[in-house]
Amino acid sequence: MKEILLKTEHITMQFGGVVAVDDLNIEIEKDRITALIGPNGAGKTTAFNVITGGYQPSNGRVTFDDLVIGENYPRSKMKKIYNGTYKTPFEKQVVNTPDKITRLGMARTFQNIRLFKDLTVFENVLIAKHCHIKAGLFRSTFMLNREEEAKMLEDTEALLERVGLLANRDEKSSSLPYGKQRRLEIARALATGPKLLLLDEPAAGMNPKETEELSLFIKEIKESFNLTVFLIEHHMNLVMDISDTIYVLDYGKTIAQGTPAEVQNDPAVIRAYLGVDEA
Amino acid sequence: MLKIKRNHLYSIIVLTLLMVFLYWLNANRLQNGMLVSVLQKGVILALVAVSMNLLNGFTGLFSLGQAGFMSIGAYTTAILLIPVQNLDGVYYMNGVHPAIRAFKMMVASSPEFIQIIFPFIALLLGGLLAAFAAAIVGIAVLRLKSDYLAIATLGLSEIVRAIFSSPQFDQVTNGSYGLNKIPNFPPMLWGAIPSLITPFIVVSICIVFIVFLIKSSYGRAFKAIREDEIAAEAMGINLFKHKSMSFIISSFFSAIAGGLLAMYMRSIEAKTFSITLTYDILLIVVIGGIGSVTGSVLSAFLVTAAKEWWLRFFDQPLLIGSWQVPLFRTGFRMVIFSILLMIVVLIYRRGIMGTNEFSWDRILKRLKFKRSKEGGKK
Repeated sequence: MKEILLKTEHITMQFGGVVAVDDLNIEIEKDRITALIGPNGAGKTTAFNVITGGYQPSNGRVTFDDLVIGENYPRSKMKKIYNGTYKTPFEKQVVNTPDKITRLGMARTFQNIRLFKDLTVFENVLIAKHCHIKAGLFRSTFMLNREEEAKMLEDTEALLERVGLLANRDEKSSSLPYGKQRRLEIARALATGPKLLLLDEPAAGMNPKETEELSLFIKEIKESFNLTVFLIEHHMNLVMDISDTIYVLDYGKTIAQGTPAEVQNDPAVIRAYLGVDEA
Repeated sequence: MLKIKRNHLYSIIVLTLLMVFLYWLNANRLQNGMLVSVLQKGVILALVAVSMNLLNGFTGLFSLGQAGFMSIGAYTTAILLIPVQNLDGVYYMNGVHPAIRAFKMMVASSPEFIQIIFPFIALLLGGLLAAFAAAIVGIAVLRLKSDYLAIATLGLSEIVRAIFSSPQFDQVTNGSYGLNKIPNFPPMLWGAIPSLITPFIVVSICIVFIVFLIKSSYGRAFKAIREDEIAAEAMGINLFKHKSMSFIISSFFSAIAGGLLAMYMRSIEAKTFSITLTYDILLIVVIGGIGSVTGSVLSAFLVTAAKEWWLRFFDQPLLIGSWQVPLFRTGFRMVIFSILLMIVVLIYRRGIMGTNEFSWDRILKRLKFKRSKEGGKK
């Protein structure tokens, strides 16, 4: 019996008249690596943003760990212009801000690296530990939570060691080489203690060697942190290498899903990626 | 470990020297009137600058509402502290609201202990009132970003000023006449700390609190918001909650400083807290370094001293022999001051301290570096 960690039901995201994501149904199995691929502008990042709470879907429902974290139906103006394929509106409205969703156990990285640039590597990871702080502002200011604070420092140190960034701990994060910045962003996401890790094009801008290192790194942290991984990627090598399940998106629609082998040979996917011969 | 002990020792020595100096200043305050007033004003502005820096430099919220929150503190403190026998003299035009008179009678007849600490209660009340105002206003204002937030808070500060000077509140704030006969700083600890030193102690306590806050986990979260809001939110930091915290705390301490300013100036009017005051403080923050508490404190003293004291002689006519130097007249000092500012900003692009903080290690390193350089020359 497979266990589903994240499920999206009929997610439709419409901006004005443009349907960026249309009727997206994804099931992410626990302890697996699932990938979402598709050509540029297919709506992959939009789907990510809907899942992590950045956008409210126009219609659809997102369930994480048996808890509905986002649900919406076309309202007011959207009701008139709604143009999704899935017409039946959902009934409830559930809104969660990205920080709440992170605290529930879903952490993400960004396509264009978003580190805290002026802060050190150590601080970057340490800040991510703040989300589970128990002490209030005053207890924390007057250092009455020494144990908690010490544990935060200790955990950060251990995490940096595990991802191999301990040697860079006091460097400014923006001064790291590109590959390490990616690694740091993943480490920062891990520091929030997620069950599900969402990676938005982790290999963007990497050379083949760095990509290979990354794919090893993702497999490694998946094992050692008991993670479920959901990633968006362009690098076919990486995706085919590490994914268990792949969803292919084109113009907001899911055109294929299955194992890497299945997807690779799907005519619809080949058409989307290579174009059709018009003649 | 040894290093930490050594640094503590240095800090204790310097603090002791500072206290000795303040007590000396207290004993010789009549000869050093200018120094006393510059230091007191400097220390009060330092607190506002640090609290503004908490918001602008550490949380990345570009707010220009400091003067408004200062005026809340100043008016609260002033209204609560004007002695009951002076009420009729102060409110000679419109009379005082009976509730205020009744409250003052109550305080005047309360036990001595309460009367001694009452000035501090007044400061605290001013701060809490400003914090409360910030909490309410923040709900609306903190959803705005960068420049829009600046404009909204600027407008807010003007609204507060307009309310304080409006004729409807004549019996409370004395409208456009302002308030005077505000008592000077109270002594602390039954006179062990004379009134001259009180502002230094109060401000130190406040700044230490802010420094501790910045160093805590919450302070790190503030910095994360400054660096990248979207990433901070993705790391589980509730943006609104943390921005509110920063806004409320900053307003609280601004109001405390406003209360101290009222005690320092002895008389206030709504005009004192116009937008120029906010700009003066913004200037201090920028000169000191956005994101550096040390910088704000240093530059508060430097700017105040330069403006009020060191450049004074430019305002007086100067005679060399029988030749009168042109341009030396009232107001010329501000021209020189502005030129100096430009030079400072050109040399220190990121303020005197940048985002660095004071540390013994840094100073000692620099001293050693200089010494080894001189040694090299020989």
